Amino acid sequence: MKPEELTAMAEKVRKQDAHFSHHIHVCTESGCVSSQSDVLLKNITDEVQQRGLKGKVCVKGVGCMGLCCNGPLLKADDTMYQFVKPEDAGAIVDSLTSTPVVELVCDTKQPFFARQKLIVRENAGHIDPESIADCVAHGAYRALLKVLTSMTPQQVIAEVSESGLRGRGGAGFPTGLKWSTVSKAGGKTKYVICNGDEGDPGAFMDRSVMEGDPHRVLEGMAIGAYAVGAGQGIIYVRAEYPLAVKRLTRAINQARREGLLGHGLFGSNFDFNVEIRLGAGAFVCGEETALIASVEGKRGMPRPRPPYPANSGLHGCPTLINNVETFANIPAIMERGGKWFATIGTEKSKGTKIFALTGKIKNTGLIEVPMGIPLREIIYDIAGGIPDGKAFKAVQTGGPSGGCIPAEHLDITVDYESLTKLGSIMGSGGMIVMDETSNMVDVARFFMEFCMTESCGKCVPCRVGTYEMHELLDRICKRQATMADLNLLKELCDMVKQTSLCGLGQSAPNPVLSTLRYFENEYLKLIQSSPASHAGDGDHHVALEVLS
Amino acid sequence: MNTPVDIATESITLRIDDKDVSCRKGETVLQVARENGIDIPTLCYMEGLTVWGGCRLCMVEIAGSPKLQAACATVCTEGMIISTQSPRLENYRRMIVELLFAERNHVCSVCVSNGHCELQTMAVKLGIDHVRFAYRFPHLEVDNSHDRMRMDHNRCILCTRCVRVCAEIEGAHTKDIKGRGVLAAIIHDLDQNWGESSTCTSCGKCVNICPTGALTHRGTAVGEMTKKTTFLPYLTLMREAQP
Amino acid sequence: MTTPTAKPTVATVWLDGCSGCHMSFLDLDERLITLAGLVDVLHSPVVDQKQFPQQVDLTLVEGAVSSEEDLHKALIIRARSKLVVALGDCAVTGNVPAMRNYFDRSDLFARAYVENAQEPTTPEERRVVLPVLGVPPLRPHATALHEVIKVDMFLPGCPPPADAIWYLLTEILAGRTPATTTVSRFGK
Repeated sequence: MKPEELTAMAEKVRKQDAHFSHHIHVCTESGCVSSQSDVLLKNITDEVQQRGLKGKVCVKGVGCMGLCCNGPLLKADDTMYQFVKPEDAGAIVDSLTSTPVVELVCDTKQPFFARQKLIVRENAGHIDPESIADCVAHGAYRALLKVLTSMTPQQVIAEVSESGLRGRGGAGFPTGLKWSTVSKAGGKTKYVICNGDEGDPGAFMDRSVMEGDPHRVLEGMAIGAYAVGAGQGIIYVRAEYPLAVKRLTRAINQARREGLLGHGLFGSNFDFNVEIRLGAGAFVCGEETALIASVEGKRGMPRPRPPYPANSGLHGCPTLINNVETFANIPAIMERGGKWFATIGTEKSKGTKIFALTGKIKNTGLIEVPMGIPLREIIYDIAGGIPDGKAFKAVQTGGPSGGCIPAEHLDITVDYESLTKLGSIMGSGGMIVMDETSNMVDVARFFMEFCMTESCGKCVPCRVGTYEMHELLDRICKRQATMADLNLLKELCDMVKQTSLCGLGQSAPNPVLSTLRYFENEYLKLIQSSPASHAGDGDHHVALEVLS
Repeated sequence: MNTPVDIATESITLRIDDKDVSCRKGETVLQVARENGIDIPTLCYMEGLTVWGGCRLCMVEIAGSPKLQAACATVCTEGMIISTQSPRLENYRRMIVELLFAERNHVCSVCVSNGHCELQTMAVKLGIDHVRFAYRFPHLEVDNSHDRMRMDHNRCILCTRCVRVCAEIEGAHTKDIKGRGVLAAIIHDLDQNWGESSTCTSCGKCVNICPTGALTHRGTAVGEMTKKTTFLPYLTLMREAQP
Repeated sequence: MTTPTAKPTVATVWLDGCSGCHMSFLDLDERLITLAGLVDVLHSPVVDQKQFPQQVDLTLVEGAVSSEEDLHKALIIRARSKLVVALGDCAVTGNVPAMRNYFDRSDLFARAYVENAQEPTTPEERRVVLPVLGVPPLRPHATALHEVIKVDMFLPGCPPPADAIWYLLTEILAGRTPATTTVSRFGK
């Protein structure tokens, strides 16, 4: 594709759009589709057709609008509707020319929408992820065009470094530094890998980005490839995300057909291709070295680092691995500049972060908020607080590798540093809110069970340690444990954390450690109420003295 | 391979357990420690095979590094200060070996390898007199299908030395791993009986390299010694025939 | 029965094991005479006293905890002993008695009392009944002693050699914690 063709393509869609006097956008991501938004979309299309409004009303399926608990969501011109059933299609179409369907209206002025700051998800709800033309009309590939026609790879990396963007996969490694390491690594062949192996329970940020704006991910990858000197990209997506796989595959095919992937993009001598690799759903394949092994067709198991993938990754070549959300931030940074991006967020955590809100809160769904937002604001304003008049107890962030933050720390700001300081992590963005009825030992046991079944089995501390930690937690939950068991659990947590091979094992004890940190009384209560299975807990040194 | 080595740039000096040592570029902490008579315990490491880094017994402390590092997988760098022994490391090592004992059914008293087993020896070395963790007692099979060798999953510690020797040295790659976590297990070909494997060359390297009694030659188990008594009547007959 | 004495009192108990550890204990040979001068053995398979004494200084326990009776005994031992030592692999790890743990109890009973039983000849024999009366129920798993009570010291070995037992006893009587892995190991 030549530069001017991109503008022409966008212009053409905009011209077509000008003919429409009304727009109906229906969410077609997994959450809403599971409550029949696909049928709803079809019904609306039919209703429009029957009324002979085909040329006047634009009906399209779009990405996630965030408030998943109230789905299916739909936007008819400027009015948002919630809980829309397929049979409401007629009424919605009628409302375009009369008054809104009051009982279905969703207030877009509520804090859930008003407090968000959209960068990665700016087009979700506006574009049809299955149409490259629609995406281009909303600015897709404009950043790539700018990069390829006016920037050197070094400038791109400098821009990313200046933005302060950090990896959104969990660890928060500075993206600019990673890019520059791969760029400096020797070797002709380099790879770019997009990690879409999102596996935390209750997290669906990356799925949403891939389903709702797949071209943004491809564009970010292409810019990354240009910056580090790679020619081949791989998106590693778990097979449990069929819709994401479908949309990405379609996006790749469309981009290839339009010449936005392939040889000599925008007339430059930069070639870039992308292929999809499906993961079989192993959590550990989110770890970069395990992911690479899996892409290579081997068993998905991590290996000791160094060497880091930046120097020796896929097939032994320098490889840039970033998370979906990280790549999706890149086009905005390239278009508006690193300096602009760095104005958002805190001193060390820049930009926005997408969180998946789940658990005991009124509004569950996806939010994108600036880094540094107070946790209280997320829980009580955006998420609408705890339902049924219950009290907030804790929020779990970072999934099985993360920890719990109790009520007394509700006023912290949400950024990499402050979450780590409290014994949790930012992670990929899962937030599970728990109310006063939650049993924190049970929570720890749940996450430990997850780690136990997801351990690859390579290193002993993780393979057997997670099993034994789960066993001890289970005993405590069943009121069969003693203080000796609790002490053993603490010792084991420390050992597994310090000696495990990869991040899965190193962080597996986190849910236990953080619940112990804030809710040790719950552990103690369960132990004290267990029938004494160990008699005579005396110190044998005393006996020795007596004997001698 | 006869390129002259520039000693100045190719050699590295470092300190292991208060001992100044030097080595060539690219050598690992484990190699250098062992060359200098410093013992770091290992179970999955095997000289001549690729580094696995799974047993985590060789974790060492490196000054300036917040994390422990596996000596087998850490390449020496100039000026490194390493300690291979500390109460903390010994405690971790003990726990790891205890976990291995708890994971499967290691009944030393009835094991063919009793007395020459690396796991058993490691327990003695680390002063393990009992296992604090709950034993799993899994129900595991013995693969008795090969006519010369035997795989007893009860005694396997998943060090994968057999997998690596089979793939890297013999070149057969008969063995590999299936399953996750504690359910992981060594398999032959596509999880077939060993005796039905079409790739196994029966070279026996896996048996010799196995640290425990998981892989053994047939005929060596307790009670497998067959007695041949038929010679007796002949001897008696010959004696009687003498004048 | 437990007359107060100046000498430390000792008991030895045989739970689910082969008695090999007690045989090894008897292998102390002439040192048994010396030992008799140092301690009073109040209760043991080799002495007459059948009830476990009310109070004892040191108890050596052989065998795994396999039945409800074993558990009952273990709890009594713990309550009445100042120092409990797991003697030998069965008490320390579960060892051979624990090899039944990989199977379901009903399968075990079927194997022991039905499949491996003699060909029945009389009508009574044909009515296969698992023994219940007077037989302590089997626990789901045979376990190490420290899984049910707090154990102060462990002497592994199958059996622990007599020298190791002697070392253990003399160290304890000298008021020291014995380093048992220097004299014995699992499976020795």
